[in-house]
Amino acid sequence: MEKFTTLTSRAIPLTIENIDTDQIIPARFLKATDKQGFGDNVFRDWRFDKHGNINKDFSLNNPTYSGSILVAGDNFGCGSSREHAAWALVGYGFKVIVSSFFADIFKGNALNNGLLPVQVSEGFLKTLLDTIETHPETKLEVNLENQTISISNSDVSESFDIDPYKKTCMINGYDDIDYLLSKKEQIEAFEAEKTY
Amino acid sequence: MGKTLFDKVWDAHVVDSVQNGPQILYIDKHLIHEVTSPQAFNELEARGIPVFRSNQIVATADHNTPTINQDLPIKDELSRKQLEQLSANCAKNDITLYELGHKYNGIVHVMAPELGITQPGMTMVCGDSHTSTHGAFGTIAFGIGTSQVAQVFASQCLLLTKPKSLRVTVNGKLKNGVLPKDVILYIISKLGTNSGTGYFCEYAGDVFENMSMEGRMTVCNMSIEMGARGGMIAPDETTFEYVKGREFAPKGEAFEKKVSYWKTLPTDDDAVFDKEYYFDAEDIEPMVTYGTNPGMGIKISETIPVDDNASFKKSLEYMNFEAGESLIDKPINFVFIGSCTNSRIEDFRVAANFIKGKQKAHNVTAWLVPGSKQVEAQIINEGLKDIFEDAGFELRQPGCSACLAMNDDKIPQGEYCVSTSNRNFEGRQGQGSRTILASPLVAAATAVAGKIVDVTKDIETLELA
Repeated sequence: MEKFTTLTSRAIPLTIENIDTDQIIPARFLKATDKQGFGDNVFRDWRFDKHGNINKDFSLNNPTYSGSILVAGDNFGCGSSREHAAWALVGYGFKVIVSSFFADIFKGNALNNGLLPVQVSEGFLKTLLDTIETHPETKLEVNLENQTISISNSDVSESFDIDPYKKTCMINGYDDIDYLLSKKEQIEAFEAEKTY
Repeated sequence: MGKTLFDKVWDAHVVDSVQNGPQILYIDKHLIHEVTSPQAFNELEARGIPVFRSNQIVATADHNTPTINQDLPIKDELSRKQLEQLSANCAKNDITLYELGHKYNGIVHVMAPELGITQPGMTMVCGDSHTSTHGAFGTIAFGIGTSQVAQVFASQCLLLTKPKSLRVTVNGKLKNGVLPKDVILYIISKLGTNSGTGYFCEYAGDVFENMSMEGRMTVCNMSIEMGARGGMIAPDETTFEYVKGREFAPKGEAFEKKVSYWKTLPTDDDAVFDKEYYFDAEDIEPMVTYGTNPGMGIKISETIPVDDNASFKKSLEYMNFEAGESLIDKPINFVFIGSCTNSRIEDFRVAANFIKGKQKAHNVTAWLVPGSKQVEAQIINEGLKDIFEDAGFELRQPGCSACLAMNDDKIPQGEYCVSTSNRNFEGRQGQGSRTILASPLVAAATAVAGKIVDVTKDIETLELA
């Protein structure tokens, strides 16, 4: 897994709430047996119409916006457990997703792929969206060590929560398999003694 | 302080705790399918890690399988390759696979309970968010991502932070024609799609106590639609009776020993939940959804609410519905009865009881997709297939089918589908499709009328299983 420490980047706004993983990557693209290529189809049915024409109104297609931070509406990533959603966002080039709320399974999947979910207050999310929409050149700074997200060259900043274990994993590029394999003896002992 | 059902099962499975971090939770059963497992197998292979406990893994092919001509080679090349890869991975790692055509094949959340693989007090995971279904047995069961599938392959464990506890209690007597699907759609419509995020939910009260195992599975299945990773119902005589005698259930003395343990699992009287909700069974009516998430549901007799929120408006625009209007009499051209929510024998009995002696409306394409080969066999043996075919319905072969439309079972652009599945997201049943979630009874009634009808108006004459 790639390491994550800090990121300064422009951001793309996506003001829709309850974005489910079917929108992030529709089921018809889940037939691949590797992790490659999902980025091409991220938000497929919002980026393109049924004939494959680009939907110019969609923020990812708007040349005004760019960057590796996606700022999205409340309850991002609800629905299906498909990790393909995280692969698609990473494949497209996102490194951070900001929202006022994340669905559980998506959040875990993102963290397992070096994609940082930053949960902010509703007020701060609105400030970010308003700022990006009026000044698309605005850069955001995400600092995982300090657990802060800020608007560059301003004093607008908020801190965010992250599980300390997951933070260590992200900063060092560790994943859970390494840790679990190191506990093999304990797991075998548990199996031998389990009471249920 | 007493313990909840969830606490008891969780605590019995904790191997160790990371300081200031998650716990290592032991997983008893790992269910896998073709769509979310290949990358996990690749990961292990690339790192030279063997599968740790292959005898605790069971595989089935369900998400990406055709529901006609299952005996013929699959036409779509990518789908065929995905299924071939599942077979190859299972063979290589000595994992039991119920592949397409096997008598035990079916949707993962239908076949595992019916084979007795699912048992009270277990921890179960699968790379599928509707794994919450198995909570109906008093099991901690939840969906995981593919990275976690790889972790369970490697260690039979997961690193998890214990979720908070939530209890939804529904007491009273359900009205005639109100099915388990209506109960859970009602709960989600009241609580919203993210009320359960960060929580594990227990369903309590006499409504669930009086429910069949099939009904309890329908309820627990949709826990994830309110954001809860899982939902549970305390195991009782109904549970033990269901599990008893099934293929992989413990037998004889071993079964009795298990039952005495399972009887210790229900939540203690003095246990405290982080959040509690109470509902009255009498207030529940047949439900339909009008929007693009499962929380956007109304009683069939109600009108669509009015809301100024931009996402709400976008949702109605997608559905081509107006705020304030009723869904009664909306013409419907597609009906789907199936999915891990409602594809068990009881669901088809309800539909057949309603349909018997009636005819499907000419404008309607109606797909009935059993959850497993065993359910399909029951439908045939009980004579339900004849009832369906006489009425003009098409009984297809088992699989996830039009619930997520990964295969060819897609609802066309712009069309409405009254569906017994679990998600009404944009394009869920095919690009541009519009899904209205409902019970098998409402779906059957829609197929007969060719439009949405208020089944409660017909309630005196309804004879249900």
